[in-house]
Amino acid sequence: MQTVKMVVTGPFSSGKTQFIGSVSEIDVVATERKISGEGEKQVKDATTVAMDFGRITVDEDLVLYLFGTPGQKRFDFMWEILSEGMLGFIVMIDSSRPETFREARSILQTFRAYAPTPYVVAANKQDMEDAWELEDMRNALRLDPNVKLLPCVATDLKSVKSVLLELLYSILAEMEAGA
Amino acid sequence: MALNGNLRDFTITQLLNLINLASKTGTLIIEGPRETAEISFREGKLAYAMIGEKNNNLAGILYGAKKLSASQYRAIQQRAGHVSDKELGLLLINAGYMTQQDILEALQKKFSSVVRQLFTWVEGFFRFDKQKMPPEDRINVRLDLENLIIEGSRQLREWEQLQDEIPSLEMALKFTDRPGADLKNVNLSVEEWRVVSYITPKNKISQIAKATKMDDMEIRRVIYGLIQAGLVEITKPEGAVKPMIKDNMFPTQDKAEQKSLVNRLINRISSI
Repeated sequence: MQTVKMVVTGPFSSGKTQFIGSVSEIDVVATERKISGEGEKQVKDATTVAMDFGRITVDEDLVLYLFGTPGQKRFDFMWEILSEGMLGFIVMIDSSRPETFREARSILQTFRAYAPTPYVVAANKQDMEDAWELEDMRNALRLDPNVKLLPCVATDLKSVKSVLLELLYSILAEMEAGA
Repeated sequence: MALNGNLRDFTITQLLNLINLASKTGTLIIEGPRETAEISFREGKLAYAMIGEKNNNLAGILYGAKKLSASQYRAIQQRAGHVSDKELGLLLINAGYMTQQDILEALQKKFSSVVRQLFTWVEGFFRFDKQKMPPEDRINVRLDLENLIIEGSRQLREWEQLQDEIPSLEMALKFTDRPGADLKNVNLSVEEWRVVSYITPKNKISQIAKATKMDDMEIRRVIYGLIQAGLVEITKPEGAVKPMIKDNMFPTQDKAEQKSLVNRLINRISSI
């Protein structure tokens, strides 16, 4: 059996666990714990502390594993471990919480330093009324025009599939460019 | 109890606050990555400060504060190089070159600037030596720490923000090709022009800092301003590693098999 992995990263409460849960064929193996910090508690009750783990069986010989990183900075020692050998990564950003954009940029740069693999940025929660528009997000995040910034709703399978496919297209393009 | 530890756990501002609250007397010695700083206090007030082996004598400080001209400074070095700071101070006051107030102000300014420099130190070991005081011949001041502590807290917040904005100095800069972003129409300071003159994707920010003799904080501050004004943007340095496909990502080393594997993933996800 061959296995490959992709990593879903992003700030606290950006929707990483939901993203993996939408597409994984198994229930996400989540390592969530009740939140202790008062500020974070206002956003959600539990958070990922080690990793989330989802699986997509491609065929009898190949399995894709999806790993979600913990979003809070104090668990960032897990990031490097999870990024080892990944095919590519997705940076999830909550489009309705601009206060997390700066952190998202920092996470993106950290991951690029760990492994210069292809990546895409998913602008999650685009279905929310106060979600930022993609172009504004691109400017705020100072993303290069050739970085893929994709609209996303992590609870919607179609949207999640489209983000994963875009990442795979980028991987394929890099392979072809390198060939 | 010994007051010693690591700057990673205790910031300079916190240390000053502690010394101020406890009205401590003695010298705080901080061994930074490149230099050692010694800051002396009397009853919780700043008395003296120096970093590294830099010339910290009164003549040098007064010259740096433009209270002495270059020729006066040279003359003092030649004719009065052997006298102590206290003696030199008295000589200058008695000769009518300056007042006691002028000297104290120059020293306060100098010592405050040494402490401000320390606010950017995030690495290093510190210890507080209750027995150690500045050399006898040096003039001490008596400066309240409150203002420095407030300034330090502000600078710490700014430092954290700048680090978030520009996390790595190993990136390069390029001019934006946005319409209207024309340097000719912008009023830049001398420091900003010095930085601008080195901007090319070939130069990393750390190299520009070295060439312009700016510390991490100064270069980040200048670049942050240029980015906010929409004049420059951060880019990968030329020759930097581009996104790449490494063999450890795949369970197979065969390129054709790797490609087939990605295509199988695409087909599978499309069919979900």
